[in-house]
Amino acid sequence: MKVGVVTFPGSLDDVDAQRAVRIGGNEAVALWHGDADLKGVDAVILPGGFSYGDYLRCGAISRFAPVMDKVVEAAGAGMPVLGICNGFQILCESHLLPGALIRNDHRKFVCRDQLLRIENNRTPWTSAYDAGQEIRIVLKNGEGGFVADAPTLERLEGEGQVVARYLEMNPNGSMNEIAGITNERGNVVGLMPHPEHAVEELTGSGLDGLGFFTSLVEASFA
Amino acid sequence: MPKPEILDPQGKAVLGALPRLGFAGVSEVRQGKRFEIEIEGDVTDAVLAEVNKMAETLLSNPVIEDYAVTVEASA
Repeated sequence: MKVGVVTFPGSLDDVDAQRAVRIGGNEAVALWHGDADLKGVDAVILPGGFSYGDYLRCGAISRFAPVMDKVVEAAGAGMPVLGICNGFQILCESHLLPGALIRNDHRKFVCRDQLLRIENNRTPWTSAYDAGQEIRIVLKNGEGGFVADAPTLERLEGEGQVVARYLEMNPNGSMNEIAGITNERGNVVGLMPHPEHAVEELTGSGLDGLGFFTSLVEASFA
Repeated sequence: MPKPEILDPQGKAVLGALPRLGFAGVSEVRQGKRFEIEIEGDVTDAVLAEVNKMAETLLSNPVIEDYAVTVEASA
């Protein structure tokens, strides 16, 4: 599959995400924030970083980048979209995912190898994992506290839209220890930790993140 | 402003700093944002509606923030 990775001004992890896509067995296609063109890709990743300097709110300005009109349109038609960290924030600002991400409750930037549980393996990004599988990947954010109003939270939990949950500790004050969610359709996934940094033995904390990039292949042959 | 039910870590940090500087009796601090928007011509109802739209679309995130618009004459 051709997987587009969008580069915004201030994106940091776009090249790592492209590399993870290739290691996962797919073709990585660089997409530019200023181009309203998805270049015929089958899926899109919005990478981590500090797009537009996190000005106004994280993801608030990126949401209106020309490429995002196309991403929103394609997501509505069922294209798999994964937002990692800043990408998750952009997906929430775009209203492709419910809720919002606010400053960590302890007010410090957090960077740690974080244990997660995959709660939903029925998305095109998590099908390579077993339901309930525990994985350890790096988490690095300043504004990763997931918040939503009570009815939204209830719906996320009730409909199985929580994709991943923090284990051992809540690193950023996220409600219900939520690390990642999906939309009702299950094609759009937002995740605060970084699977793209855990795809090679040489670097990172292990290979636990690889499943996010091999799932697409499994989904297409399912 | 962050909605009342939304945690405001920045406000909490300021609240923590005030007593250390000798300012007593502060029970709560909430931190928000203020935008000063200059408009060409008069602020008609149509213009005001447009500013409210700006606030809803870009300036605030209605999921976590409330906003209010006030009109002031330019100096």
